[in-house]
Amino acid sequence: MTDVAVGGELPIPRDPSYLGAGYTVSSWLATTDHKRIALLYAVTITFFFFLGGIAISLVRLDLFTPTGDLLSDDTYNKLFTFHGVVMVWFFMVPSIPATFGNFLLPLMIGARDVAFPRLNLFSWYLILIGGFCTLYALIAGGVDTGWTFYTPFSTMFSNTHVIAAALGVFIAGFSSIATGVNFIATTHMLRAPGMTWFRLPLFVWAIYATSLVMVLATPVLAITLVLVIVERWLHLPIFNPEFGGDPLLFQHLFWFYSHPAVYIMVLPAMGVVSEVITCFARRRVFGYDFMVYAMVGIAVIGFLVWGHHMFVSGQSAYASIVFSFLSFVVAVPSAIKVFNWTATLYRGQIGFEAPMLYALGFLGLFTIGGLTGLFLASIPIDVHVTDTYFVVAHFHYIMVGGTVSAYFAGLHYWWPKITGRLYPDPWARFAAILMFFGFNFTFFPQFIAGYLGMPRRYHVYPPEFQVYNVLSSAGAFVLAAAYLLPPLYLGWSLIWGTRAGRNPWNATGLEWKTSSPPPRENFAAPPHVEEGPYQYHPEGFAPERHYRSQGDAA
Amino acid sequence: MSAPTKVLRAPWKELARQREGATFGIWVFLASELLFFGSLLLLYTAYRVANPEVFIAAGRETDLWYGTVNTAALMTSSLTMAVAAQAAEADMRRLTIWCLGATVLLGLMFLVFKGFEYAEDIEKNLVPGVNFALQEPAAQIFFALYWIMTAIHAIHLTVGLGLVGRLAIFGALRRIQLRDNPEVEVTALYWHLVDVIWIILYPLIYLMGRS
Repeated sequence: MTDVAVGGELPIPRDPSYLGAGYTVSSWLATTDHKRIALLYAVTITFFFFLGGIAISLVRLDLFTPTGDLLSDDTYNKLFTFHGVVMVWFFMVPSIPATFGNFLLPLMIGARDVAFPRLNLFSWYLILIGGFCTLYALIAGGVDTGWTFYTPFSTMFSNTHVIAAALGVFIAGFSSIATGVNFIATTHMLRAPGMTWFRLPLFVWAIYATSLVMVLATPVLAITLVLVIVERWLHLPIFNPEFGGDPLLFQHLFWFYSHPAVYIMVLPAMGVVSEVITCFARRRVFGYDFMVYAMVGIAVIGFLVWGHHMFVSGQSAYASIVFSFLSFVVAVPSAIKVFNWTATLYRGQIGFEAPMLYALGFLGLFTIGGLTGLFLASIPIDVHVTDTYFVVAHFHYIMVGGTVSAYFAGLHYWWPKITGRLYPDPWARFAAILMFFGFNFTFFPQFIAGYLGMPRRYHVYPPEFQVYNVLSSAGAFVLAAAYLLPPLYLGWSLIWGTRAGRNPWNATGLEWKTSSPPPRENFAAPPHVEEGPYQYHPEGFAPERHYRSQGDAA
Repeated sequence: MSAPTKVLRAPWKELARQREGATFGIWVFLASELLFFGSLLLLYTAYRVANPEVFIAAGRETDLWYGTVNTAALMTSSLTMAVAAQAAEADMRRLTIWCLGATVLLGLMFLVFKGFEYAEDIEKNLVPGVNFALQEPAAQIFFALYWIMTAIHAIHLTVGLGLVGRLAIFGALRRIQLRDNPEVEVTALYWHLVDVIWIILYPLIYLMGRS
C-alpha cells in the first residue's frame, strides 16, 4: 500500500462500509470502530434528549396559567431538575464531541481510528450506566434540587433521590474524561503525514480544545459530587455550617466545572459551524489562525470566570470585580469568532441548503446569547436579574439556540457521509426555519419576563407575567414540532433517500475523500496531506472581480 | 500455555509510536487525577486556614506510626515498580515479575496497615457523628476529610494493585508479553501517581499537628 498525496482525489475504498461490516448485536455492542461507537452515542443521547424534552414540555404546559393546576409543586420541581440533569450531562456535554467528534476526528486527520479504541467503547458503557443510574432516580421518585445540587439543600434537607442522580452524573463524568483523553492523544499522535497542526480543520481544533476542558474540569465535578454523596449518605460534615463547613465552597467547586462545561458544550458547536459556513459560502475561513487562538483562548480563560455565578452568594466583592472583568475578557475570543464567520460569508457564494440555515441560525442566536452574557457579567445588572428568566433565556440562547442548532447543522451536513443517503432538503429547510422561529418564540419572551422580575424555577407566578409565559409555552410546542421533524425525514431517507456519493456538498476535508459511508479502515490507502483546509478557491481570489472579468470577456 | 497476546494493536502502525501514545495518554489522565485530588486539597486548605488550631489538635489524634510505616511501604513500592518498568524494557523477564510481585505485596501491606489504623480510629471514636471524640465542631471536618481523602486514595491504590497484579500474574503465565508492552509503563506511571498523592497526604494528615 502506498501513501496517496491529497491534493486531488483518493482512491475509492473497495471494502464494505462500516455499516456492512457485521450485522449481529455483538458487532455493535462490542465494536471498537469509532464510527459505530459514534452511532451508539447518537442513539443514546437522542433518547435522553427526548426524555429531557418531555419533562420540560410538561413544565411549560403547566406554566400556561399562573396557578399551578397541572402539576403538584413537588412534581414541578422534580421535572425541571430532571430536564436540567438529563439535558446537561446526558445530551449537551456528549452531544457533538461523542457523536460527530468520534465519527469525524479520525477521518479528518487521516487516521484509521482513535488512539484507544477499547477505551472509547468503555466510555460509551460508562455514560450508559450513568444514564440508567440517573433514570433510576427518576423512576424511584425523582430529585428536586435543580441540576446544580446546591448544598445544604441537597445534603441535608431534600427528601428525594439525590444520591442516585449524583452517582449517575459522577459515572458519566468519567465517560467524559476518557473521551477527552482519547481525543487529545488521537490529535497529537495519529495525524496523517503532512497534516500539521495549522492544516487541521477547525472542527478538529474545536474538539481538541473541548477535550482539554473535559479532562481538566470534569474531575472537579466528580469529587464535588462524591462529597455531596458522602455527606448525605454517611453524614460526614464537609459543607455543613454547623461544624464550620462552608456551602460557598461547594459552589466554587461546582462552578469550577460547570462554567467550563458551557465551553464543553459550545466549542464543538463552533467547530461544526466553521465547517458548514466555509462549505456553503464556498470561501476559505477568514482568519484561520485567529479562529484557532480564539478557541484555545476560550478554553483557557473559561477556567477563570466561574465566580460570575456567585455574585449574589456572598463571595468577596473584590473577587466579584475580578470575575466580572475576566468574564468580559472571555467574550473577546467569542466575538472574534463571530466576526470571522461573518467575514467568511462576505463575497461568498452562499447556498441556503439546510445545514447552512442551521449554521446561520446558530450565528444569530449565539450572538444574542453571548451579548446577554455580557449583561450578566456586569455586576449591577446581574444583581438585578439573578435567578430570573433573563438568565434562563440567556443560557438557552447559547445552549439550545447555539449548540443544538449547530448539532442539527452537523447532523444534516454529515448525514450523507454517515449514512450514505441524501435527505429531502425542502423538508430539512422547513424544519430549520421552524426551529429558528420556535426557538425565538419560546425564549425571547423570557428575556422580557426575566427583566421585569419573574424568578426562575417558580411554579406559581403573578398573573402579570402570564402573557410572556403563554408566548413561551406556545413557542415551546412549535419548537417541539421542529425537533420531531428531522427523525421523520432522516429516517425516511435511510430507506428511500438517493445515494449520496462520496462528496455531495463538494466540500474540502479528508472525510469527503473516502466513500460514503466509509469502510472500517476509513481510507483505501493512508492519505498524505499537502495543503491547508478549506481550499474552496485560490488564495486571494475575489469572486466578484473574477465574474466581472468573465462578463467582460463574453 | 497460550501464546502471549500481541502487543501492537490497531490503529497503531508501529510499536514505538504506540508506546509513545500510551504514555502520552496516561499523562493526560494523570493531569485529570491531579485536579481530582487538587479539589480535596483545596477544601483542606480552606478549612485549615479557617480553623488553624483545631486542625493542629485534630491532627495529633491520628496515628503517626501507621502513617509513617505506610509511607515507607509505598515509597519502597515506588522503587520496585520503577525497577520493574526498567527491567521490562531491558527484557529481564524474571526481575520484572519479581519486582511486580514485590510491588503488589507492599501495596497489600499498605492496605492491611490502613485497615488496622481505621479499626483503631473507629475504636477511638474518630468517625464524625454522634459520640465523636473531640469537642471542637471543626475537628469533625478534619476527620471527614481524613476519611474521604484516605479512602479515595485507598480505592486508587486498590485499582493499582489490580493493574500491577494482572501484569505480574499474566506475565508469569506468559499470557502477556512484558517486553516492549506499553501497559507496563502506563501501570508504573499510575502507581507513581498514587504514591505521590500519598506523599502529599502524609504531612497534611500526620505531621502538621506535631511540628
